[in-house]
Amino acid sequence: MNTVADPLLAHVLRHGDRALVLSQRLGQWITHAPELEEDMALANISLDLLGQARHLYTYAGELEGQGHDEDHFAYWRTSTEFLNPLLVEQPNGDFAHTMIRQVLHDHAALLYWQSMTTSRDQTLAALAVRARNETEFHLRHCRGWVVRLGDGTDESHRRAQAGLDALWPYAEELITAPADDAALRSDGLIGDDIADAWRADVAATMAEATLTLPVGVTAQSGGWTGHHSEHLEGLLQELQEVASAFPGAKW
Amino acid sequence: MNADWPRWEVFLRARRGLSHTHVGSVHAADGETALQAGRDLFTRRQEGISLWVVPSEQVVASDPDDQDSLFEPADDKSFRFPTSFELPSEVDQM
Repeated sequence: MNTVADPLLAHVLRHGDRALVLSQRLGQWITHAPELEEDMALANISLDLLGQARHLYTYAGELEGQGHDEDHFAYWRTSTEFLNPLLVEQPNGDFAHTMIRQVLHDHAALLYWQSMTTSRDQTLAALAVRARNETEFHLRHCRGWVVRLGDGTDESHRRAQAGLDALWPYAEELITAPADDAALRSDGLIGDDIADAWRADVAATMAEATLTLPVGVTAQSGGWTGHHSEHLEGLLQELQEVASAFPGAKW
Repeated sequence: MNADWPRWEVFLRARRGLSHTHVGSVHAADGETALQAGRDLFTRRQEGISLWVVPSEQVVASDPDDQDSLFEPADDKSFRFPTSFELPSEVDQM
């Protein structure tokens, strides 16, 4: 349940959690990717996301004003306190599944960071420039894969379409701003709504990949306010295992 | 696992004014992904500002067995080195 009262703090945590959870998911690919080069690529994307999460958590600590550092937000919160959208906590599936998840996310992330570069909040605007450049490369990478897989062999097409069918219910939440965001937007702290641009970008990518967008699907939501699928619990257990076993450990 | 992915040689320009230098190779299905893999593998620590990738099979290499005929004749041609020129003192570095 979302118990964060300050809308800007909630916003920063939402995007920090989005980046951290997806980073952890991508990290699970390491040593399992189809090629050594792809192992490196996924690890790089994962580390970029981890860096974004660290900046956002550090800023969240400042906004909250209770002396919490980045580790506090990553390691010492339960799954109901995490505010990431549902898409990023979904399991990796096969490689095509992961690339579909990534392209849906990165289209939204690129538009989001682009819109944040004009935020009145100096910290977020500065981070947005760097994150936008990183995300541009992530998108280029996974979009290339989605097009190649979708417009590839019968099997790669089938797997990519299966990934899209499975993940589509979680996609819309990415661009459905939580109610808190409205006040932030009118204050100029966050940028323009990205929903229409995202729909257009995703439609163009999927068309090029010869993949069909599912219709009549019931969209799932709740992640932004702490209502998660069963998959987040296990992910956090793994992420927080060492910190829980050795509280306060330094390395 | 993807033994059918071709190999690409990666060349990196460290900074403006220098030439591209061979830094290694990657496996990739095509040039675009080879570039991305080259970026990920060889520019993680700000090593460069420009990348080339070239299909390895396009590189024509000299045969190690030809070393004697190709390179040894340069051995005793010291006149090819500009060692007997006096540099004017105004020239600090060449």
